[in-house]
Amino acid sequence: MKLFVTIALIGILTTGSGFAHDFTQGSIYLDHPMIEEAPPNAPVLGGYLSIQNTGDTDDRLVAIESSAAEKVEIHRSTVTDGIARMQPMTEGLVIPAGETVWLDNGMHAMFVQPAERYRAGDEVPATLVFEKAGRIDVTFKMEERSTGAGASHEGHGQ
Amino acid sequence: MRRFRGILWVLVAIAAAGAAFLAFGPRFAPANAGEAIYAKPFSLVNQDGAPVTQADFLGKPSAFFYGFTHCPDVCPTALAEMSAILEALGPDADKLQVVFVSVDPERDTPEIMKDYVEYFDPRIAGLTGDLAQVATMAKDRYIFFGKVPMEGGDYQMEHQASIQLVTADGRFFGTLAAEEGFDIRLAKVRRLIGEG
Repeated sequence: MKLFVTIALIGILTTGSGFAHDFTQGSIYLDHPMIEEAPPNAPVLGGYLSIQNTGDTDDRLVAIESSAAEKVEIHRSTVTDGIARMQPMTEGLVIPAGETVWLDNGMHAMFVQPAERYRAGDEVPATLVFEKAGRIDVTFKMEERSTGAGASHEGHGQ
Repeated sequence: MRRFRGILWVLVAIAAAGAAFLAFGPRFAPANAGEAIYAKPFSLVNQDGAPVTQADFLGKPSAFFYGFTHCPDVCPTALAEMSAILEALGPDADKLQVVFVSVDPERDTPEIMKDYVEYFDPRIAGLTGDLAQVATMAKDRYIFFGKVPMEGGDYQMEHQASIQLVTADGRFFGTLAAEEGFDIRLAKVRRLIGEG
């Protein structure tokens, strides 16, 4: 029995979030939470991830909490007719049943007044709060900022 | 609040003028026939706190971007892209000035601007100053920006997302848009250096 538990644990540890950097709870599957590195004194950091709702009812991301920043807001940012605008999503973000919503181009988690200087490679803890799935603890990985020079980041920053 | 509204309306007017300029100005007018809008006087400070005027940025082609440091995606992305362009230009980077002007001078002090631009590329100049001075500069150059109050007394800035390319004698040469690919932006900058 003990051996079985050990084997099961190894299985969980090697196939779980440590490798894929994803998080699952209930019908919500969160993939690759990341924050782009910013200047040393940047007052805000942009966080991104994809949220999949594998269930058959809609859910809603109502808040993001983190001890790593004064507060975290969910924003939609747009560039319309050449003007950049940012709106807080005060009603939260609906994740429709069976669909995936990307906080990427256009939407982001804004970490306001980060507690310290984070660099690429650092891990920033946060909790995503869903109406139905509840609280899900995640780790945002700090990554180097894309420059737009490489083909792999085409379309970024639109 | 009333005064603030007044300022907002002024900025709306600036936006309309800017939109008209962007729609009808650069596309149909040859670059050398344009007005030398960047030769119009302004008075700001750079990231070292030193006073600068329009004269400091004439004589060499330049790329001006107007944004703010409380901006998580559009502004840092634009600056990262400009730093990639400077890198791609190699020795030719000496022939271009890249300037980041804060549209949020109330929060963006020279010290903050210095750390911010240096992170992307120490060759980028970071300008800030009084709100009125920035507003004058933006108006003269057909740049829109506006303050958007948020809950809890906080605010965001909305602003022109494109970068203005400027010839050595201060004429508008074109824009770099966020949605353009890197190669297109680099080609435009190379053309500016070659012709402007």
